[in-house]
Amino acid sequence: MLSGIGNFASHFFVTGDPMIYGADASILLVSLGILFVLTRYRKWGWLWQDWLTTVDHKKIGIMYLIAALLMFFRGGVDALLMRTQLAVPNNHFLTAEHYDQIFTTHGTIMILFMAMPLIFALFNIVVPLQIGARDVAFPYLNAVSFWLFFFGAMLFNLSFVIGGSPDAGWVSYPPLSELHFDPGPGENYYLLALQISGIGSIATGINFIATILKMRAPGMKLMQMPLFTWSALSASIVIIFAFPALTIALALLMLDRIVGTHFFTILHGGDPMMFVNLFWVWGHPEVYIVVLPSFGAISEVVATFSRKRIFGYTSMVASLLLISVISYFVWAHHFFTMGAGADVNTFFAIASMMVAIPTGVKVFNWLFTMYRGRIRLELPMYWALALIVGFLMGGATGVMLAIAPADYQYHNSYFLIAHFHQTLIGGVVFGLFAGMYYWWPKMFGFKLNHRLGVWAFWLFNIGFYVCFMPQYALGFMGMQRRMYTYPAGMGWTDLNFISTIGAYLMGLGFLFIVAQIVYSIKFGERDLTGDPWDARTLEWSLPSPAPHYNFAVLPQVTARDMWWELKQQGRTGDLRPTSEDLKPIHMPKNSGRPFIMGVSFFVAGFGFVFNWYPIAVIGLLAVVVTLITRSFEYGDEYHVPVEEIQHTEAALGRLS
Amino acid sequence: MAIAAHDANLHGAIAGKPIEYQDPHQAVKILGFWLFLATDMLLFGCLFATYLVLRTHTDGGPTASQLFDVPGFAAETIILLTSSFTGGLATLSMRNGNKKGVMAWIIVTILLGLAFVGLEVNEFITYASHGATMQRSAFLSSFFTLVGTHGSHVTLGIIWMFSILMQVKKRGITPETARKIFIVNLYWHFLDVVWVFIFTIVYLSGVVM
Ligand code: HEM
Ligand SMILES: [Cu+2]
Repeated sequence: MLSGIGNFASHFFVTGDPMIYGADASILLVSLGILFVLTRYRKWGWLWQDWLTTVDHKKIGIMYLIAALLMFFRGGVDALLMRTQLAVPNNHFLTAEHYDQIFTTHGTIMILFMAMPLIFALFNIVVPLQIGARDVAFPYLNAVSFWLFFFGAMLFNLSFVIGGSPDAGWVSYPPLSELHFDPGPGENYYLLALQISGIGSIATGINFIATILKMRAPGMKLMQMPLFTWSALSASIVIIFAFPALTIALALLMLDRIVGTHFFTILHGGDPMMFVNLFWVWGHPEVYIVVLPSFGAISEVVATFSRKRIFGYTSMVASLLLISVISYFVWAHHFFTMGAGADVNTFFAIASMMVAIPTGVKVFNWLFTMYRGRIRLELPMYWALALIVGFLMGGATGVMLAIAPADYQYHNSYFLIAHFHQTLIGGVVFGLFAGMYYWWPKMFGFKLNHRLGVWAFWLFNIGFYVCFMPQYALGFMGMQRRMYTYPAGMGWTDLNFISTIGAYLMGLGFLFIVAQIVYSIKFGERDLTGDPWDARTLEWSLPSPAPHYNFAVLPQVTARDMWWELKQQGRTGDLRPTSEDLKPIHMPKNSGRPFIMGVSFFVAGFGFVFNWYPIAVIGLLAVVVTLITRSFEYGDEYHVPVEEIQHTEAALGRLS
Repeated sequence: MAIAAHDANLHGAIAGKPIEYQDPHQAVKILGFWLFLATDMLLFGCLFATYLVLRTHTDGGPTASQLFDVPGFAAETIILLTSSFTGGLATLSMRNGNKKGVMAWIIVTILLGLAFVGLEVNEFITYASHGATMQRSAFLSSFFTLVGTHGSHVTLGIIWMFSILMQVKKRGITPETARKIFIVNLYWHFLDVVWVFIFTIVYLSGVVM
């Protein structure tokens, strides 16, 4: 009996590795610490009422942001482990098996559990405020999306200590990822965690399309929307058209593994390339999903800190939409080597190169906006400038990769690794950081410390080039991706060592960001005006942070850059309500159900991971119960009384 | 003045529209549902693509023309199309404010839906008893997954319709229940459209090939 339990436990928990025991201990300690603090300071009620049950888009955005930064840390630790392993030849810091797991979790976490929540954080915090709305179109669904993302991410991270991590790469190609070659729960974790959070992402896409199309302030025409909102709209459109392909790819692979079907197996007529196609039909648009909001944020930042209206607004909108469309016609550039033939490869090669045209338009428009502008070098602007340089480089090497015949040479080499990190870090992370610094005061009511931020910026940026430039060369020298070690005497040693130094510089940069946040919580410059950057769009007409109903009275929009326009005309007072203007405001009620639904999905997912079907069925039934009780729910909204609004606005000194 | 005279465009009833669109809060939800249907359509699109790639991959096992039985799938088709029609009649009664009519037509639609699911389950069991299981070949994997996904959508639709039936019984026809009746029928028609594709791409071309 006892030995049976022991045997089970040693398979259930990941054992035998000191690093993992360390992780076990620290997870346990941190959890106990959190429980202790919450109980000691009687914060459980606060946690439940103010956060876990909230449907307020601003709070949901903040939760996305915190989750994204935590996941950036986890993905970053993975990256440093890999770079440590590769620093010198013949290294045995990690075993091959561990290396496989770590590049898989690193890639998956960075894209799905870091970049995605970071864009959703900005969507949530910024879009309703920018378009003069009081919340998103479906606040309840918004909370559901968040909790599905959250519990998907939890499930994925759990694999580290229970059952073992996935190890078939972030793309998880069959037949390698089929049960036969990859037994054990790791791959199941990958499939279920992505499935659960993917459902949440589709719902977010639907939500923001409806919000942007239907909830704009009176008078705001589509072509008067701020560019960040435009980028959120185009990314949401790409989400709803791309994610279903991922859903199907994951579901079919899951069926192969659990039910024993033959979609992607070699035996019985399965076709692994079908998975690869479905995956990239989602996968390529996915990288645009994360880069478009970054472009949107940069457009706001560049205009604000150049004190000019954005150059070529119409062409900016057109290029966003054009990128969204082209992104569906390039997926095969991820496997030119499949052997589809010259005609197919030519089509996808040319389509891929065409993406450079609208992207180039954006870069030129940013430059023209800065030209003769009165530029202020604040932190958001630092990151915006870094993005222009970094993305230019990543984009140029992307065009090189799109040349199909040449790609046969550097496919899956370190040249590719360098390319996509330059676009994902230089294009996505830099832009989203710019957005984070820019909107931080709006979220929290204080600015992040400038000096620490500049340190973080330079460390991260120098590290970025030191890490990835050598990798282009390594790729040309024949070093392949996903190699856990390499022999001495290949001529790769020096470049790899330099690359690892760069990775550590980036890690240091991240620590400076953490330090900056911690320092600024206490000492950061408070934002009392609501408009610390002298910016242009409506979110800056509100106090920082905005009251929970956002706008006491809705603005009537007559121009693009409405807030700037009002400031120029000296009419900012117009947006301040008088007591007579106030009417009760319709707001959604909080609900605990989205959280419970997330937990239920988590339970179901966990059951499927280990093929414990009773648990899976319990989880699924709980999901159905939450759906049905929601259907029977009436009156999930309430009115904020005029006195409360009056009180809040008066306390903010905004009642005129 | 830079302040909107009336509140958001989400306030104030819009006259001259069907009842489910009159309250703007409900109208937004209908738009959201259309967007959801677009994603669901793409989901089926991917399953159809998979089926088209794999339908000849029978691995020496049963083929489409050996398996499909014309009277069986013809009956399924007729029943589902009829149920779409009766669902439409429920929407019509809803617009006429006829609560009894709504309930009656929803019940008929549910019964037809149940008949459809029953026939489909029966069809699947028959296939399986002839050794044509999901695990037999890639063709059968993709067939069962495509048609089964549709069938589980229909099952979900039945449960959903039932819950709306209870709500209509309790609350009558209000802008909110009207929106729900409208949406569930939208979903039902959508499943019908998907079935038409299954009928032609899977069954008809299956028996012809
Ligand atoms: C912060 C600095 C980063 C460093 C030092 C780093 C380093 C690495 C390394 C060493 C690999 C493995 C290469 C191999 O052996 O094949 C890798 C793979 C990968 N990285 Fe990063 N990375 C960083 C940031 C990011 C970010 C921000 C993203 C995405 C937003 C990302 C996405 C990926 C992906 C998708 C893979 C491929 C995983 C696979 O092969 O399945 N990385 N990275
Ligand atoms: Cu691509």
